[in-house]
Amino acid sequence: MLEVEEVSAAFGARAVLDRVSFSVAAGELCGLIGTNGAGKTTLMKVVLGLLPTGGGRVRVSGRVRTRSGADIGYVPQKIQLEPDAPIRVRDLVALGIDGHRLGVPLGSRRRRRAVDEMLDAVGVSRLANARVGTLSGGEQQRVMIAHALVARPSLLLLDEPLANLDMRAVDDVVALLARIAADQGVAVLLSAHDVNPLLPVMDRVVYLASGHAASGTTGQVIRADVLSRLYGHPIRVVQAEGRVLVLAGGPEPSGVAANGCGASGAGDC
Amino acid sequence: MFAGYLAAGWEVASIVAVVAGVVGFFTVVRGAAFAAHVLPNGAFAGAAGAVLVGASTLLGLGAFAVAGAVAIAVLRRRARSDVASALTVVLMLGLGDLFLSSTSQYASETFSLLFGEVLGVSTGEVLPTAAIGAACVLAVALLYRPLLLSSVAPDVAEARGIGAARMELAFLLVVALVTTMAVPVVGSLLVFSLLIGPPAAACSFAVRPPAAIALSCAIALVTVWASIACSYATNLPVGFFVGALGATAYALGRAPGAWHRRGPHAAARPAAGTGRVPAPAAR
Ligand SMILES: Nc1ncnc2c1ncn2[C@@H]1O[C@H](COP(=O)(O)OP(=O)(O)OP(=O)(O)O)[C@@H](O)[C@H]1O
Ligand SMILES: [Mg+2]
Repeated sequence: MLEVEEVSAAFGARAVLDRVSFSVAAGELCGLIGTNGAGKTTLMKVVLGLLPTGGGRVRVSGRVRTRSGADIGYVPQKIQLEPDAPIRVRDLVALGIDGHRLGVPLGSRRRRRAVDEMLDAVGVSRLANARVGTLSGGEQQRVMIAHALVARPSLLLLDEPLANLDMRAVDDVVALLARIAADQGVAVLLSAHDVNPLLPVMDRVVYLASGHAASGTTGQVIRADVLSRLYGHPIRVVQAEGRVLVLAGGPEPSGVAANGCGASGAGDC
Repeated sequence: MFAGYLAAGWEVASIVAVVAGVVGFFTVVRGAAFAAHVLPNGAFAGAAGAVLVGASTLLGLGAFAVAGAVAIAVLRRRARSDVASALTVVLMLGLGDLFLSSTSQYASETFSLLFGEVLGVSTGEVLPTAAIGAACVLAVALLYRPLLLSSVAPDVAEARGIGAARMELAFLLVVALVTTMAVPVVGSLLVFSLLIGPPAAACSFAVRPPAAIALSCAIALVTVWASIACSYATNLPVGFFVGALGATAYALGRAPGAWHRRGPHAAARPAAGTGRVPAPAAR
């Protein structure tokens, strides 16, 4: 579904991505992790065609992507909506269906139902008629997720979609994304700093460090030695009540130096 | 005051009001008020230049309005939008100063371009105004969805192939067209007032874009009609009344708007997470 091949990107002389390769299959939910400034947002913008590549190729559904278009759903990291803008939540979500088309929208029943379903799925039905800019940060984030999903894209890119959500909303959104990936065969790539809520549903993890990327299954990457090396900070992976949890801090795990699968090396673990 | 020669003034002012109501909605939603100030006021330099070389003022206005729109859109790629607009207006007004100082005939014609002479409009000007006005409204209708999305959430629009720079240029060209149409008949001050006051007021009352556009047109129409009537009755200039009434409409719009945001809406917030989605599947 999404194939990133040897993609490089730079801001001026500063190389941010250096021959990054990975792929996400249809129906897979893939996490993108890395420190602040590792290049997660940059990578998404390259995939979207918003930033030029300094080499390499991005294929979406088998086709080489040269410019941005309507077939990818995207929720940016920073959402800034004007509180005074005279546009309701449902109007903005409806623009997710046909916002790129010319002309004035003709309100059809099908369009309305698609919007209602999506608002319900992300849990903002009761805010449907509120001005979108007056919603809280987390509420706006859900609206933008609905906006991205309502057109039924085959690839969904979400830049830290869980960052502003409360604990229940995190579970709701993660469950929604997992369901969409599984039921509709959508490939989902989402960046996150807290991977714990994603661990039960994430099929694959791509991690970025010093311009390089490595990817693997969740079991391969979510390990104390790999993560400690990636973040340059002691990180533990523990089992509790049948779940795997990633915790920062604490004693340096013993296997760090011994394991060759480090953040500095490109390629699969 | 409905005498034949005044009727043309009413008609033209009404057309300008409707067009400004429609285009002004996007001016306000995009936060492009400054650009809407720059184009009508800077384009008058083009008219002054036209007087200098003996060309038609309409041509001069149109050329400068379009050049100003392109200049803002190009500068915008490197600078903030307010800086881009400011640089453009400085350049245009500088040229206007040059043109005016080069001509011996300080044209009252040029003065009327700033403040307009609604009541002096001739019947022959109605049709061209209506034609250009229709083109403006048609252009906005065509661009409606991408322009709205790009105005509200530019990053998301960009990712869907709706280039922010392209939308900015397209919109500014529409404003340039409005300028060319309206400045010769109602003056640049009046165009600017109508592009901001009524739509800003409408945006605080209405929550749906189509409703806000309709309301914006209605307020603009009432504003110009009342202004012409007041001007006729008091012999004070139309521009004064349009500015004053536009600001009043906006102030009225803000009062309930402020109440609305603090008041009932807060109660409509749901508790966190009302989505009916299944629990996460165990791996
Ligand atoms: N517009 C820009 N101009 C210059 N450098 C930039 C620009 N945008 C990003 N960078 C640089 O590129 C690097 C990667 O930035 P990016 O936003 O992709 O990081 P990120 O992984 O998304 O970080 P975070 O977790 O903080 O969101 C950073 O070091 C940043 O300084
Ligand atoms: Mg980022």
